[in-house]
Amino acid sequence: MAIRRGRGVAAINYPTGMNLGGDPTQALVHSTPTGNFMVTLSSVDLGQGMKQIMAQICAETIGVPTDRVVIDTADTDTGPHCMGTFASRGTHRAGNAVIQAAKEARQVMLEVAAEELEVNASDLETDGQGNILVKGAPQKSISIFDVALSAHFKRGRSISGRGMFLIPRSYPEKETGAMKPSTCYAHACTVAEVEVDDETGEVTVLTVKNVFEIGRALNPKMVEQQLVGGSWMGISHALYETTEPYYPSRDHGGTDFNQYLMPGPGDLAETEIIVLERPSADGPFGAKGPGEMCANPQIPAIANAVFDAVGVRIDTLPITPERILRALKAQAAS
Amino acid sequence: MELRKNYFADVRKDGLHEIGQPRPRLDSPGHVTGRTTYFADRNFPGMLHLKMVRSPHHHARIRSIDTSEAEKHPGVVKVLTARDVPHNVYTILILIQIGPEDETVLADGKVRWKGEAVVAVLAETERAAQEAAAKVKVDYEVLPAVFDMEEALKPGAPLVNEYHGQNYYLYDSGECRKVRFGDVEAGFAQADHILEQSYQSSPIEHAPTETTGCVVTPEGNDRFTCYTNTQAMFFTLDNTSIILQMPGSKLHFVGGTVGGGFGGKVDVIVEPIAILGAKLTGRPVCFIYSREEEMQISSPRAAEKIVVKDGVMKDGRIVARKVTGYTDAGAYSRHSPYGAQKGAAHYPGPYTIPNVWIDTYCVYTNRTPSSAMRGFGVTIGDFALEVQMDKLARLIGLDPLEFRFINAYRDGDTKAHRQPTEGAALIECMQEASRAANWPVAEKYMAMSSYRKGA
Repeated sequence: MAIRRGRGVAAINYPTGMNLGGDPTQALVHSTPTGNFMVTLSSVDLGQGMKQIMAQICAETIGVPTDRVVIDTADTDTGPHCMGTFASRGTHRAGNAVIQAAKEARQVMLEVAAEELEVNASDLETDGQGNILVKGAPQKSISIFDVALSAHFKRGRSISGRGMFLIPRSYPEKETGAMKPSTCYAHACTVAEVEVDDETGEVTVLTVKNVFEIGRALNPKMVEQQLVGGSWMGISHALYETTEPYYPSRDHGGTDFNQYLMPGPGDLAETEIIVLERPSADGPFGAKGPGEMCANPQIPAIANAVFDAVGVRIDTLPITPERILRALKAQAAS
Repeated sequence: MELRKNYFADVRKDGLHEIGQPRPRLDSPGHVTGRTTYFADRNFPGMLHLKMVRSPHHHARIRSIDTSEAEKHPGVVKVLTARDVPHNVYTILILIQIGPEDETVLADGKVRWKGEAVVAVLAETERAAQEAAAKVKVDYEVLPAVFDMEEALKPGAPLVNEYHGQNYYLYDSGECRKVRFGDVEAGFAQADHILEQSYQSSPIEHAPTETTGCVVTPEGNDRFTCYTNTQAMFFTLDNTSIILQMPGSKLHFVGGTVGGGFGGKVDVIVEPIAILGAKLTGRPVCFIYSREEEMQISSPRAAEKIVVKDGVMKDGRIVARKVTGYTDAGAYSRHSPYGAQKGAAHYPGPYTIPNVWIDTYCVYTNRTPSSAMRGFGVTIGDFALEVQMDKLARLIGLDPLEFRFINAYRDGDTKAHRQPTEGAALIECMQEASRAANWPVAEKYMAMSSYRKGA
């Protein structure tokens, strides 16, 4: 009887979007009289940080700091259509719609600035700090605040734009299953290291090293938060969670967090996150959808590590101590 | 977290102003100080509380429903049954023509899973609604139930859902979504080894911090405002419009700040009945799942059974892969027919295999309806595929990581659902994992690239 150590690897990809239903999202962007920008959407922030990412995407596209952007989302009276927040599609679909809307608004903003500065709009650039400069002659400039005032009070212009991103619906071919259910793919490879007590069947996840390729990390801190949380969820899925411990029997399902097992702070593995960025051709600034993918590779990596440690395969989730002990017993008997 | 910028630097534009910056989230101060407003923070004068009477049986005919005692209970304002719902039989994905409509808002004639909503009680207080719900008398004739997917697919199994007529979803391709690529039998005939294995999962809970719910208020102009934590505003609005036979212009949904969803809040369950309650009483209505309801009643991730059969050569090339996937939808479709066919497109995983044969089934049982969850249609498939990869590698005596390099897809490869691979990065992820985990692989694998050129 001993504590045995093992490690396992898994590599995966994950699709962005839900094209099998048609996958649209729209956005509107307009400036206030003081040169702040309002993004109007119907997308939902589930706690993953949709609002912050849309603000950064709009700010980058228009050429202002992120704190000059306000997000108004998920009010069906004001927001244009969004398919919803699921299928790893939020950043990708809504982000593209925001870029398109922000580009249109930026164009109007530059046209008004050009009239004020008496130059061509194509000769202007933004400095990212809230100013519009003449290329090659940065001393000739105007603040976006003043441009907005001019547009609203002097020139009768609306600094606004419309954004639409639509992936047309794909219909699977009946006989071959040829279909295009998604666009870009995110990737991951996880190596998990575990200890298995062959007397109690208990598994301790020592380390998980996760490499994620997500197109672009639009906000690295938020990416880290999502990827660390997802990694925890993968560990939880592999070893702890089930609503039906004796599936397909319906009995014994948990009714609260005392009965529904998940890893607590003491069960956390040492987690390493490495991010690679291969921009996707159709993503906003190259971003792909990492939201779902990040909880998947830990599950088979842990299953493979358990085998490496004690030589039994648990092909049924979750990998509970009971299942490990039964398998060890069967192995010893054979 | 480390950003490894040395990979793909030639195809990436760095040095942007706002993108790539670790800015603090604009809503986090509100979240961490408890000042953010969630739907349940809205309280309106005269607000009623809605509680459901739920089926104690897995499968039963309803002989009669007697609500008279419940209606007399102090504080009760209205009791709703199937008769009160304008379009009581619905299905969420009818919006994208995935039918038939197969689920009742309130049970009518039958219940098909333990926990199914039968009667809605609206009362002045939560407690009065709960007490009155306990007084509703439903006379059931218990019917045989089926919980196991294989049992459900056998001839003579109890029929779970009459709206389908059989215990599986009927795709245009037949009883399953099929993918056919190359000639799988020729691939197996050519293989040095064949390995067939079964994988199984049980349902899991989304476990959001904030439970599912909504608060509805009549606006006095014949419109209703619904504060909700749905993940999809217009899914909810459009389905509610169908269920209540009410023009969408009468409906106003407000949401957008949600305490966790993970796919559990894509179903349209609480909003239509709460809005109906507000319409019939003229008062605001609050319907929030208790934690017990969230865990027992809300859709879990589907249980899946996946059978993978692979043909592999001694040198490590996988030459044939056959996958049969079964998704346990429970009693009603919700999003499961979509998940099962999303799974079909995902196989055979991120590997280039010349001969692939896939069937995925969406199966009905008398279990809690399952629906969308993070990794929908893919997570359990990845578990099965990647454990299978480990077994295959050991079967032919190769290092599990090197075995994956041999089969990894690269730009330009055609996948089984006949899409060309673009933007691949599996190889680079594995190269970095090899370094980070100190798991060395042969130099030729470290020299590979996902770009086809020069690889």
